[in-house]
Amino acid sequence: MEKENLQKSDIIFHIRRFDPERDESPHWEQYTVKVESGMTILDGLHQIKQNQDSSLSWRFSCRMGVCGSCAMLVSGKPTLACNTQILDITDRALTLAPLPNFDIIRDLVPDLTRLFEDHVAIEPYIQRQDAEEMENPTGEFFQTPHELERYLQFSYCIKCGCCMTACPTMATDREYLGPMALAQAYRYNTDSRDGGHERRKRIVGAAHSAFNCHYAGECSNVCPKGVDPARAIQLMKRDLVLDYLKLKKRKKACRVMGIPSDVEPKPPIPFPPYTVEQK
Amino acid sequence: MSNNEKMYDNRLGIIGWLGGGRWGIERYLYIIHRLAGVGVLIFFVLHIFEGNLRIFGPEIWNPVMRLMEHPVFKVGELLIIIGFAFHAINGIRLILIELGWAVGKAEEPVYPYKSSLNTQRPLMVIMLLLTILLILAGGFDLMFLGH
Amino acid sequence: MRDMKSEVGYWTFFIIAGIVVFILLFFHMMIIHMDQLLGFFNPAGGSALDWKNVIYRSHSAFFTIIYIILLAAALYHGFYGLRTILFELGLKKRIQSLVTIAVWIIGITLFSVGVFANIAVQTVKAAG
Repeated sequence: MEKENLQKSDIIFHIRRFDPERDESPHWEQYTVKVESGMTILDGLHQIKQNQDSSLSWRFSCRMGVCGSCAMLVSGKPTLACNTQILDITDRALTLAPLPNFDIIRDLVPDLTRLFEDHVAIEPYIQRQDAEEMENPTGEFFQTPHELERYLQFSYCIKCGCCMTACPTMATDREYLGPMALAQAYRYNTDSRDGGHERRKRIVGAAHSAFNCHYAGECSNVCPKGVDPARAIQLMKRDLVLDYLKLKKRKKACRVMGIPSDVEPKPPIPFPPYTVEQK
Repeated sequence: MSNNEKMYDNRLGIIGWLGGGRWGIERYLYIIHRLAGVGVLIFFVLHIFEGNLRIFGPEIWNPVMRLMEHPVFKVGELLIIIGFAFHAINGIRLILIELGWAVGKAEEPVYPYKSSLNTQRPLMVIMLLLTILLILAGGFDLMFLGH
Repeated sequence: MRDMKSEVGYWTFFIIAGIVVFILLFFHMMIIHMDQLLGFFNPAGGSALDWKNVIYRSHSAFFTIIYIILLAAALYHGFYGLRTILFELGLKKRIQSLVTIAVWIIGITLFSVGVFANIAVQTVKAAG
C-alpha cells in the first residue's frame, strides 16, 4: 500500500447539537477529525464519540446502507452517513445536522414517528380476498417477471427519511403523507399479488396526498437506494386519474399456482412458540 | 408519544420551499411555476374587470385603452407575458410528467442511480428553450409592434 | 383522522381546464397581440383593441362562447391552484373547509360577473 493512502487530513466537523435538558434551541459545535481515505462519516462520528465528546448522539445500525438508521443532513443534503465517504464531499470541513421536517429528540436524532405513521396509514401489506389462503398457503402466487419489474424498484425503500426531508411540501404541510408513503402505496397497488387498490386509492386520492406532489424531484435526487419515489407518485396519479375516468380495467389479484399433483408437499412449518408474553 | 423530554420543532417552513441553493433545477422550476401562477391569477382577476369595461361603450373604453399605453402598464404586461409563457410551457411539461408519460417505467436501480429526473431532462430542456423563445417573441411584439 | 374526501375529480378537471386555457389563451394572445402581423378578426383594420374590433368580437356568438369557456376554465384552474397552495401552508381542518367554500363562492361570483358582461355588451351599439 502506498503511503498516500494512509495519509490523514484534518477535517472539521460542524455538528448541530441539541440537548433537550439544557438547551432551548440547537447550536453548532466543532470537532476536528483525522480522516484517512476510505473513512465514512459514520467512522468520523465514532471517532469523535470515542476520543473527543462521548455525549454526541446519533442513530446507526448496519453501517452498510441497508437499514436506513443513519440518515442525516450532510452539508445541506440528506443522505446516509455510513454510505458517504468524507473525502468524497470535502477536503476541509463539512456540516452535520439532523433531518429537517422532523422534530429533534437530541443532537442528530430526529423523531421519526410521523414517518412511520404515514407509512402505516397507506396500509403497506398485501391484501387479498382469499383469507384462507393467506393463513394456510397451499401454493405460490403466480407473478411473472414483467409484473415483478413494475414495482421492484420501489420495494428497495429502506424508510430512511431522506426523501421526506428533501420534499418541499413536507416542509410546510403537517398532514402530507410524504414521498416515502406515497411511493410505497404505489408499490403495493402495482404488486399483482395485491387486491387492496380500492382501499388505498381512497387514502392517496384525498387531500394532502398524491396531488400535493408537484414534481420538485428532490426525493429522487437524494434517495440513497435509487428508489425514485417521484416516478412512483406520478405513475400513481396516472392510475388514479384513469381509474376516476373509468378508462382502465383493474386486474384482479393474481391467482395462486397450485403444486403439481404428483408431488408430495412437505408438512407446513408449525407456528413457533411466542417469545413475548401474550396478554 | 412516549418521550417525556421536550423536542425541538425542526420544520423548515416556507424557506423549505426555496431551498438552500443546493437543490436540482426541477425544484426551482416548481417554485417559479407557483410564483408565476399566483402572479397571473392576480392579473387575471383584474383583467376580468378591465375587459368588462367595454359594456360602457367607447366613451369609457377608448380613454382606458389610452391609459394602458402608459409605460408602467407596459412593464406589467411584459411581466405577465414572461410569467404566463413560463407557466404555460412548464405546465405542459408537468402534465406530461404527472400523467406518467415522461417519467419512464420502473427499472432496477443500478449504481450510479438514474431516476425519472434523468428521463425527463430532454423534455425540460426543450420546454425551457420554448419558454425563452415565447418570451422573446412576446417581448419583441410588445416593445416594437405596439402591443 | 385523515380526511377521506377524494380530490381526484378536482385534480382531473384542473388538468383538463389547464389544457383548455393553454389552447384558448394561445389564440387570445394571437388575436390581441399579433394583430399587426396577422390581422385576422380585425374587420376594421388597425389594432385589435380599437373599439370597432372590440364590439365586433363582442357581438360575435363564436367569440362570446369562446370567452365564456376560457373564463370558466381559467377561474377553475387558477383558484384550484391557489387553494392547493393555501392548503399546503398548513391550516386547521375547519379553515380548510372554509377556504374551499370561499374559493368556490369567489370563483362563481367572478364567473357570473364575466357572463353578465358578455350578455350586457350585446345591447351596446356598434357605432362609436
